[in-house]
Amino acid sequence: MFSRAVASAFRPVSRPTFLRPVRSAIQFPSGPSIPSVLHARLLSNETRTAIDKAVSSAPVVLFMKGTPETPQCGFSRATIQILGLQGVDPKKFVAFNVLEDAELRSGVKEYSEWPTIPQLYLEKEFIGGCDILMSMHQNGELAKLLETKGVLVAADE
Amino acid sequence: MLPRSLPGLLPRRLFSVSARMASNTPLEDVMRDKIVHAFTPSRLEIRNDSHLHAHHAAMEGSTSKETHFHVTIVSDSFESKMQPARHRMVYALFKEEMAREGGLHALQLKTKTPAEEQREKERKEKA
Repeated sequence: MFSRAVASAFRPVSRPTFLRPVRSAIQFPSGPSIPSVLHARLLSNETRTAIDKAVSSAPVVLFMKGTPETPQCGFSRATIQILGLQGVDPKKFVAFNVLEDAELRSGVKEYSEWPTIPQLYLEKEFIGGCDILMSMHQNGELAKLLETKGVLVAADE
Repeated sequence: MLPRSLPGLLPRRLFSVSARMASNTPLEDVMRDKIVHAFTPSRLEIRNDSHLHAHHAAMEGSTSKETHFHVTIVSDSFESKMQPARHRMVYALFKEEMAREGGLHALQLKTKTPAEEQREKERKEKA
Protein backbone atom coordinates (compact mmCIF):
# COMPACT_ATOMS: atom_id res chain seq x y z
CA MET A 1 0.00 0.00 0.00
CA PHE A 2 2.68 2.43 1.07
CA SER A 3 5.13 1.67 -1.70
CA ARG A 4 2.44 1.75 -4.33
CA ALA A 5 1.30 5.15 -3.20
CA VAL A 6 4.85 6.44 -3.33
CA ALA A 7 5.53 5.07 -6.78
CA SER A 8 2.38 6.64 -8.18
CA ALA A 9 3.46 10.04 -6.94
CA PHE A 10 6.41 10.03 -9.24
CA ARG A 11 4.48 9.37 -12.37
CA PRO A 12 4.78 12.54 -14.35
CA VAL A 13 1.40 14.02 -15.17
CA SER A 14 2.79 15.47 -18.32
CA ARG A 15 5.75 14.05 -20.09
CA PRO A 16 7.45 14.09 -23.42
CA THR A 17 6.56 11.10 -25.54
CA PHE A 18 10.16 10.01 -25.94
CA LEU A 19 10.65 9.69 -22.21
CA ARG A 20 9.78 6.45 -20.52
CA PRO A 21 7.70 6.89 -17.43
CA VAL A 22 10.09 7.40 -14.54
CA ARG A 23 7.77 5.26 -12.48
CA SER A 24 9.34 2.04 -13.67
CA ALA A 25 12.80 3.31 -12.85
CA ILE A 26 11.88 4.16 -9.30
CA GLN A 27 11.12 1.22 -7.10
CA PHE A 28 10.79 1.64 -3.41
CA PRO A 29 11.65 -1.21 -1.08
CA SER A 30 8.42 -2.31 0.51
CA GLY A 31 9.73 -2.45 4.02
CA PRO A 32 7.69 -2.22 7.20
CA SER A 33 5.44 0.77 6.98
CA ILE A 34 6.38 3.73 9.10
CA PRO A 35 3.73 6.02 10.54
CA SER A 36 3.15 8.81 8.05
CA VAL A 37 3.64 11.40 10.76
CA LEU A 38 7.31 10.43 10.92
CA HIS A 39 7.58 10.63 7.17
CA ALA A 40 6.35 14.16 7.14
CA ARG A 41 9.48 15.18 9.01
CA LEU A 42 12.01 12.85 7.56
CA LEU A 43 13.18 12.74 3.99
CA SER A 44 14.29 9.16 3.46
CA ASN A 45 17.17 8.33 1.15
CA GLU A 46 14.74 6.49 -1.10
CA THR A 47 12.53 9.53 -1.45
CA ARG A 48 15.51 11.77 -2.03
CA THR A 49 16.75 9.47 -4.77
CA ALA A 50 13.31 9.34 -6.33
CA ILE A 51 13.01 13.13 -6.32
CA ASP A 52 16.56 13.35 -7.73
CA LYS A 53 15.34 11.25 -10.64
CA ALA A 54 12.17 13.25 -11.02
CA VAL A 55 14.15 16.48 -11.11
CA SER A 56 16.45 15.12 -13.82
CA SER A 57 13.64 13.59 -15.90
CA ALA A 58 13.45 16.67 -18.15
CA PRO A 59 15.17 20.05 -18.56
CA VAL A 60 12.11 21.83 -17.12
CA VAL A 61 10.43 20.13 -14.17
CA LEU A 62 7.49 21.50 -12.25
CA PHE A 63 6.10 20.16 -9.00
CA MET A 64 2.52 21.35 -8.87
CA LYS A 65 -0.92 20.74 -7.43
CA GLY A 66 -3.06 19.08 -10.07
CA THR A 67 -2.15 18.66 -13.72
CA PRO A 68 -1.20 21.25 -16.35
CA GLU A 69 -4.65 20.72 -17.89
CA THR A 70 -6.51 21.02 -14.60
CA PRO A 71 -4.43 22.74 -11.93
CA GLN A 72 -5.86 22.42 -8.44
CA CYS A 73 -4.41 25.63 -7.08
CA GLY A 74 -4.25 29.19 -8.36
CA PHE A 75 -0.48 29.45 -7.91
CA SER A 76 0.12 26.26 -9.86
CA ARG A 77 -2.26 27.54 -12.54
CA ALA A 78 -0.42 30.85 -12.78
CA THR A 79 2.90 29.06 -13.09
CA ILE A 80 1.64 26.84 -15.90
CA GLN A 81 0.31 29.91 -17.68
CA ILE A 82 3.67 31.67 -17.38
CA LEU A 83 5.52 28.67 -18.80
CA GLY A 84 2.99 28.56 -21.63
CA LEU A 85 3.36 32.27 -22.37
CA GLN A 86 7.13 31.92 -22.38
CA GLY A 87 6.80 29.18 -24.98
CA VAL A 88 8.45 26.36 -23.07
CA ASP A 89 8.76 23.33 -25.32
CA PRO A 90 6.32 20.63 -24.07
CA LYS A 91 8.87 18.03 -25.12
CA LYS A 92 11.32 19.46 -22.60
CA PHE A 93 8.81 19.78 -19.80
CA VAL A 94 7.51 17.42 -17.14
CA ALA A 95 5.04 18.17 -14.37
CA PHE A 96 4.55 16.13 -11.21
CA ASN A 97 1.29 16.28 -9.30
CA VAL A 98 2.11 16.40 -5.58
CA LEU A 99 -1.53 15.85 -4.67
CA GLU A 100 -1.20 12.28 -5.87
CA ASP A 101 0.99 11.40 -2.94
CA ALA A 102 1.69 12.78 0.49
CA GLU A 103 5.26 11.45 0.39
CA LEU A 104 6.15 13.47 -2.67
CA ARG A 105 4.27 16.50 -1.35
CA SER A 106 6.17 16.66 1.91
CA GLY A 107 9.38 15.20 0.47
CA VAL A 108 9.82 17.80 -2.23
CA LYS A 109 9.37 20.60 0.30
CA GLU A 110 12.27 19.28 2.32
CA TYR A 111 14.30 18.38 -0.75
CA SER A 112 14.09 21.94 -2.09
CA GLU A 113 14.07 23.54 1.35
CA TRP A 114 10.97 25.29 0.14
CA PRO A 115 7.71 25.07 2.07
CA THR A 116 5.23 25.69 -0.73
CA ILE A 117 4.08 24.30 -4.08
CA PRO A 118 4.60 24.95 -7.03
CA GLN A 119 8.35 24.57 -7.42
CA LEU A 120 10.22 24.91 -10.69
CA TYR A 121 13.49 23.22 -11.60
CA LEU A 122 15.51 24.10 -14.65
CA GLU A 123 18.29 21.68 -15.51
CA LYS A 124 18.13 20.30 -11.98
CA GLU A 125 18.55 23.73 -10.47
CA PHE A 126 15.85 25.12 -8.23
CA ILE A 127 14.53 28.37 -9.67
CA GLY A 128 11.71 29.28 -7.33
CA GLY A 129 8.00 29.26 -6.66
CA CYS A 130 5.16 31.18 -8.24
CA ASP A 131 6.11 34.66 -6.98
CA ILE A 132 9.69 34.39 -8.18
CA LEU A 133 8.60 33.09 -11.58
CA MET A 134 6.02 35.85 -11.85
CA SER A 135 8.54 38.60 -11.15
CA MET A 136 11.14 36.98 -13.42
CA HIS A 137 8.45 36.76 -16.10
CA GLN A 138 7.65 40.43 -15.70
CA ASN A 139 11.20 41.76 -15.63
CA GLY A 140 12.38 39.64 -18.55
CA GLU A 141 14.83 37.47 -16.59
CA LEU A 142 12.82 34.31 -17.18
CA ALA A 143 12.73 34.74 -20.96
CA LYS A 144 16.49 35.23 -20.96
CA LEU A 145 17.11 32.22 -18.74
CA LEU A 146 14.83 29.86 -20.72
CA GLU A 147 16.37 31.07 -23.97
CA THR A 148 19.90 30.44 -22.70
CA LYS A 149 18.96 26.93 -21.60
CA GLY A 150 17.39 26.23 -24.99
CA VAL A 151 14.09 24.95 -23.64
CA LEU A 152 11.78 27.14 -25.74
CA VAL A 153 9.89 26.10 -28.82
CA ALA A 154 11.95 27.17 -31.83
CA ALA A 155 10.57 30.39 -33.24
CA ASP A 156 10.39 29.14 -36.82
CA GLU A 157 8.38 26.04 -35.98
CA MET B 1 -4.39 60.49 10.75
CA LEU B 2 -6.38 60.77 13.93
CA PRO B 3 -6.58 64.28 15.32
CA ARG B 4 -5.18 63.09 18.57
CA SER B 5 -5.22 66.43 20.31
CA LEU B 6 -8.97 66.90 19.98
CA PRO B 7 -10.76 66.58 23.29
CA GLY B 8 -13.41 63.91 23.62
CA LEU B 9 -11.62 61.35 21.48
CA LEU B 10 -10.53 58.06 22.93
CA PRO B 11 -6.82 58.35 23.69
CA ARG B 12 -4.92 56.40 21.05
CA ARG B 13 -2.79 54.52 23.51
CA LEU B 14 -5.77 53.09 25.32
CA PHE B 15 -7.33 52.08 22.05
CA SER B 16 -4.30 50.20 20.83
CA VAL B 17 -3.86 48.36 24.11
CA SER B 18 -7.41 47.08 24.05
CA ALA B 19 -7.03 46.11 20.41
CA ARG B 20 -3.96 44.06 21.20
CA MET B 21 -5.67 42.21 24.01
CA ALA B 22 -8.38 40.88 21.70
CA SER B 23 -6.67 40.91 18.33
CA ASN B 24 -8.71 39.65 15.41
CA THR B 25 -5.49 39.04 13.53
CA PRO B 26 -3.22 37.07 15.87
CA LEU B 27 -1.19 35.47 13.07
CA GLU B 28 -0.74 38.72 11.17
CA ASP B 29 0.45 40.35 14.40
CA VAL B 30 3.00 37.59 14.93
CA MET B 31 4.16 37.88 11.32
CA ARG B 32 4.61 41.62 11.61
CA ASP B 33 6.58 41.27 14.85
CA LYS B 34 8.87 38.59 13.46
CA ILE B 35 9.53 40.38 10.18
CA VAL B 36 10.21 43.73 11.83
CA HIS B 37 12.53 42.07 14.29
CA ALA B 38 14.42 40.02 11.70
CA PHE B 39 14.69 42.45 8.79
CA THR B 40 13.98 45.96 10.14
CA PRO B 41 12.24 46.68 6.84
CA SER B 42 12.08 50.18 5.39
CA ARG B 43 8.66 49.15 4.09
CA LEU B 44 6.40 46.31 5.13
CA GLU B 45 2.99 45.47 3.74
CA ILE B 46 0.98 42.51 4.91
CA ARG B 47 -2.20 41.78 3.03
CA ASN B 48 -4.57 39.09 4.19
CA ASP B 49 -5.97 37.32 1.10
CA SER B 50 -7.57 34.45 3.01
CA HIS B 51 -11.13 35.37 2.06
CA LEU B 52 -10.21 34.95 -1.61
CA HIS B 53 -9.22 31.35 -1.02
CA ALA B 54 -11.80 30.23 1.54
CA HIS B 55 -13.57 28.07 -1.05
CA HIS B 56 -10.45 26.09 -1.96
CA ALA B 57 -10.55 22.36 -1.56
CA ALA B 58 -7.47 22.61 0.64
CA MET B 59 -9.33 24.95 2.99
CA GLU B 60 -12.19 22.54 3.62
CA GLY B 61 -12.87 22.29 7.33
CA SER B 62 -10.59 25.22 8.10
CA THR B 63 -12.06 27.91 10.31
CA SER B 64 -9.01 30.14 10.30
CA LYS B 65 -9.34 33.61 8.80
CA GLU B 66 -5.57 33.80 8.46
CA THR B 67 -4.38 31.25 5.90
CA HIS B 68 -3.27 33.24 2.84
CA PHE B 69 -1.03 36.29 2.99
CA HIS B 70 0.71 38.55 0.54
CA VAL B 71 3.74 40.17 2.09
CA THR B 72 5.98 42.87 0.66
CA ILE B 73 9.25 43.44 2.48
CA VAL B 74 11.78 46.08 1.54
CA SER B 75 14.94 45.60 3.53
CA ASP B 76 18.70 45.97 3.38
CA SER B 77 18.95 42.41 4.70
CA PHE B 78 18.24 41.15 1.18
CA GLU B 79 21.27 42.91 -0.30
CA SER B 80 23.35 40.65 -2.57
CA LYS B 81 21.05 37.66 -2.10
CA MET B 82 19.16 35.92 -4.89
CA GLN B 83 15.37 35.77 -4.70
CA PRO B 84 15.16 32.12 -3.57
CA ALA B 85 17.55 32.87 -0.72
CA ARG B 86 15.47 35.88 0.29
CA HIS B 87 12.26 33.88 0.29
CA ARG B 88 13.92 31.14 2.31
CA MET B 89 14.91 33.72 4.91
CA VAL B 90 11.26 34.66 5.30
CA TYR B 91 10.02 31.08 5.21
CA ALA B 92 12.48 30.23 7.95
CA LEU B 93 10.78 32.75 10.22
CA PHE B 94 7.44 31.00 9.77
CA LYS B 95 8.52 27.40 9.70
CA GLU B 96 6.26 26.46 12.57
CA GLU B 97 3.27 28.47 11.34
CA MET B 98 3.52 26.91 7.86
CA ALA B 99 3.94 23.37 9.12
CA ARG B 100 1.06 23.55 11.55
CA GLU B 101 -2.26 22.02 10.46
CA GLY B 102 -4.68 24.88 9.83
CA GLY B 103 -1.82 27.38 10.00
CA LEU B 104 -0.28 29.51 7.29
CA HIS B 105 -1.16 27.84 3.98
CA ALA B 106 0.14 30.28 1.38
CA LEU B 107 2.64 33.08 1.65
CA GLN B 108 3.13 35.25 -1.41
CA LEU B 109 6.31 37.25 -1.14
CA LYS B 110 7.86 40.31 -2.66
CA THR B 111 11.34 40.81 -1.29
CA LYS B 112 13.29 43.83 -2.40
CA THR B 113 16.16 45.99 -1.28
CA PRO B 114 15.58 49.73 -0.91
CA ALA B 115 17.84 50.29 -3.93
CA GLU B 116 15.82 47.90 -6.08
CA GLU B 117 12.59 49.55 -5.04
CA GLN B 118 14.02 52.93 -5.94
CA ARG B 119 15.09 51.70 -9.38
CA GLU B 120 11.66 50.18 -9.92
CA LYS B 121 10.02 53.47 -9.04
CA GLU B 122 12.23 55.36 -11.46
CA ARG B 123 11.47 52.90 -14.24
CA LYS B 124 7.76 53.31 -13.66
CA GLU B 125 8.04 57.09 -13.70
CA LYS B 126 9.86 56.97 -17.01
CA ALA B 127 7.33 54.63 -18.59
